[in-house]
Amino acid sequence: MRYLPLTPAERTDMLAVIGAATVDDLFADVPPEARLSGPIAGLPLHASEMAVERHMAALAAKNISAGSAPFFLGAGAYRHHIPASVDHLIQRGEFLTAYTPYQPEIAQGTLQVLFEFQSQVARLFGVEVANASMYDGSTACWEAVAMAGRITKRGKAVLCRGLHPHYVSTVRTMAKFTGDVIDWRAPKLEAEPDTAGVIAAIDGETSCVVVQYPDILGRIPDLAAIAEVAHAAGALLVAVVTEPVALGLIEAPGNLGADIVVGEGQALGVGLQFGGPYLGLFGCREKYVRQMPGRLCGQTVDAEGRRGFVLTLSTREQHIRREKATSNICTNAGLCALAFSIHMTLLGGEGLARLARLNHARARALADRLAKVPGVSVVNRAFFNEFAVRLPADAREAVRAMADRGVLGGVSLGRLYPDDDALAHGLLVTATECTTDEDIEALAAAIEGVLA
Amino acid sequence: MNAPNQSGWRPAMGSAETLDSPTASGDRALMLEEPLIFELGRAGTCGVDIDEAELGTSDALAPFLRKAAPALPGLSEPETVRHYTRLSRQNYAIDLGPFPLGSCTMKHNPRLNEKVARLPGFADVHPLAPQQAVRGALETIAQLADWLMALTGMAAVAMSPKAGAHGELCGVLCIKAALQARGDDRRIMLVPESAHGTNPATAAFAGFAIENIPATPEGRVDFAALTARLGPDIAGVMITNPNTCGLFERDMKAIADAVHAAGGYVYCDGANFNAIVGKVRPGDLGIDAMHINLHKTFSTPHGGGGPGSGPVVLSAALAPFAPLPFVTRDTDGAARLIEEEHALEDHPSSFGRMAAFHGQMGMFTRALTYILSHGADGLRQVAEDAVLNANYVLRSLEDVLDAPFAASGPCMHEALFSDAGLAEGFSTLDIAKGLIDEGFHPMTVYFPLVVHGAMLVEPTETESKAGLDRFIASLRSLAERARAGDESLKSAPHFAPRRRLDETLAARKPVLGWRD
Repeated sequence: MRYLPLTPAERTDMLAVIGAATVDDLFADVPPEARLSGPIAGLPLHASEMAVERHMAALAAKNISAGSAPFFLGAGAYRHHIPASVDHLIQRGEFLTAYTPYQPEIAQGTLQVLFEFQSQVARLFGVEVANASMYDGSTACWEAVAMAGRITKRGKAVLCRGLHPHYVSTVRTMAKFTGDVIDWRAPKLEAEPDTAGVIAAIDGETSCVVVQYPDILGRIPDLAAIAEVAHAAGALLVAVVTEPVALGLIEAPGNLGADIVVGEGQALGVGLQFGGPYLGLFGCREKYVRQMPGRLCGQTVDAEGRRGFVLTLSTREQHIRREKATSNICTNAGLCALAFSIHMTLLGGEGLARLARLNHARARALADRLAKVPGVSVVNRAFFNEFAVRLPADAREAVRAMADRGVLGGVSLGRLYPDDDALAHGLLVTATECTTDEDIEALAAAIEGVLA
Repeated sequence: MNAPNQSGWRPAMGSAETLDSPTASGDRALMLEEPLIFELGRAGTCGVDIDEAELGTSDALAPFLRKAAPALPGLSEPETVRHYTRLSRQNYAIDLGPFPLGSCTMKHNPRLNEKVARLPGFADVHPLAPQQAVRGALETIAQLADWLMALTGMAAVAMSPKAGAHGELCGVLCIKAALQARGDDRRIMLVPESAHGTNPATAAFAGFAIENIPATPEGRVDFAALTARLGPDIAGVMITNPNTCGLFERDMKAIADAVHAAGGYVYCDGANFNAIVGKVRPGDLGIDAMHINLHKTFSTPHGGGGPGSGPVVLSAALAPFAPLPFVTRDTDGAARLIEEEHALEDHPSSFGRMAAFHGQMGMFTRALTYILSHGADGLRQVAEDAVLNANYVLRSLEDVLDAPFAASGPCMHEALFSDAGLAEGFSTLDIAKGLIDEGFHPMTVYFPLVVHGAMLVEPTETESKAGLDRFIASLRSLAERARAGDESLKSAPHFAPRRRLDETLAARKPVLGWRD
């Protein structure tokens, strides 16, 4: 077996040192009836690298990858071009095969990356501090709701209609067990987000208002207006960003009054990967840092006075506080945070702004073209790189029919909101820097074709 | 045993001043210092070529535009590659040597796994693509699920949890949902004091009160104390098996039977599954739920702290409550995705969704590749070699390091030592930092909490005997120095990129990001 270095002779020598006759003697504490006598029956035995690669490649070939077809899906997972150096660098063994930096003297590489990552995220979001990452955007969103509850000592969260439905489901699941009250209604297929509705739902029991920016339909909510009302009621504003590239163009949520900003960082440096691993971004105002979940990296000095970095404020965390911890989270998404950080370093602020303008331009070109398809209308007034269109037919069926024609034509609202017939004709489409004019023509033709 | 250093040469343990002859650059040959990107980068620099696109003033987005581009420095590609490559060299990693962190299972990460995960058919697939476009992805999840169920002898597996602690939460929420479904308001979760910190944190998050169960002098859960506490208020018990003292819980089946008889459920922390994979099926021990860290037993890379992946195997009693989405097999064997749309017909008791999308697919492809490479025979050999290596370390060092449970029988895949016998004023931390100078990553220290100055060594099966002998010789030397009161150990490490770091300062005056 190519991954196991011990030879049979070495195993024998080692057993002699241990004073055991056979390796099974080392399993003597396992009750005999629970001990398997040989390899589990019915399962395949070990296989060569070539054979395994062949098996896995055959599975991969049964999927349609984003790069192999005209592709317009978004809804919380975005296809962007990842510079070649990103994947090269994250595969360096010193990053890839290191553990959590619990021994900082020999983990300064990882720790400095986390410090730089936290700084980048905080600046992108317009907040003072960010942590070393969470599992993904949806779990970061729930953690923000829980954190707001700890800060305000209140138990009602108002979720905007335009929050990603998977994020809503995640929050609702957790709230079932913690007893928090969750106020949410499904979005309407309208040009503007329901700002007045969100504001009206805020009351004296509200711990936080959770607003996605841009929202699930790609619309841009008025964060400043919501922040003003939330703060007057003693509630926090939690902004959720699922497409961080947007912040190259639109104002940072922290600059508009958000107290906690969370997001999904996948769009930068991390591939689609059928939904994971991604990385949760989590930032907040400095005064709330001790209520933050997750790992934090901080600057310090070593015994010779040289600058160095360590994991810090760990008295918030489970391995110290156990049942009194701010969260049970243990791992972060270290390697995805590294990929995000490298991509962000390659772009810089100006590059991110340029990338964002290009995304928006591609989306405008897409909107202009789809508006000319008979029976199709663009729903949004404003959008970044994603928007909703209304079809004259059920969008779920249209998506399936387009896939049969080799076009991955977007995410139907019926997939996201199966219980809401009013949204059944809605289709979410996204364009990024990867989207070509030919792709756009292919989508327009596919929609015309399936509607015909 | 091979002498690690046949010439007998030992580096001088002088003061920092004599070691550091200053250079103008601050670097020392391959010991390279690296500034922050905020010190290197320039506002207008970009390492990616991007077409210019103009934004018209009539654009509906105009009112929302930010006043200035984010204040983020950029670097060209060569500068970027150099920055991260230089930083990488300040890390220790499995690729450089043994990483014997107890309970973390730092084994070799096969590179085939990385190659497979990067196939566009896996890496470049959208989670919300229509099912006909992702048949291979669903089949991959189903195949890995089949293996995990077969290896554990369990009825079902929830694949979506994102990491071990998230998997714990999944298992505990299944227990909570099962109790709620029968209208039972049990509020107390029993947790042994040797448990990982995530166990009580998770149970508390799910609204349970925690009660600790003591350990016996031989390092196992106190069966009598546990059974005495069982009753109508006990929701269940969270047990790590093999436990964090490196021992198999002999009474596991009896504990499970007693908990079940009292109406509770048994959660097993599967962090240490590597010791028994292919040798013991947790399902045969009466477990109701157990998370599997794919980043431990199944070799997906730790990446400097994640991403992890924590699928949860479930007994028939808890399977109906598993979270959405859920991949199942139809009667014809085809993999099918169950989401909210079909949940009412196909999976009506699910406690809900724990996260967006389907779990850590990038880890599933790596883990399945690893499992197929090993097969049923190779996985069994993994457990045997992991346990053999740990016992070899235990028996090779018990004469110089106190091994509190050495008399309890063989250890499983990790060997536990304490600081007893070190000279006055010398601690586990000094041994750990000394190991850094010796060129090794330290073991897990000060955990489990039930042993004073614990040192938990998990070599894993991917260490060669020669590699173990070098590690043992270094640890023996350090133990002897600490017993003899060698003061130079207290200021170790001397040769790492940094000396001991001031963690108190970091916590007292937090500097968590770059300030201009």
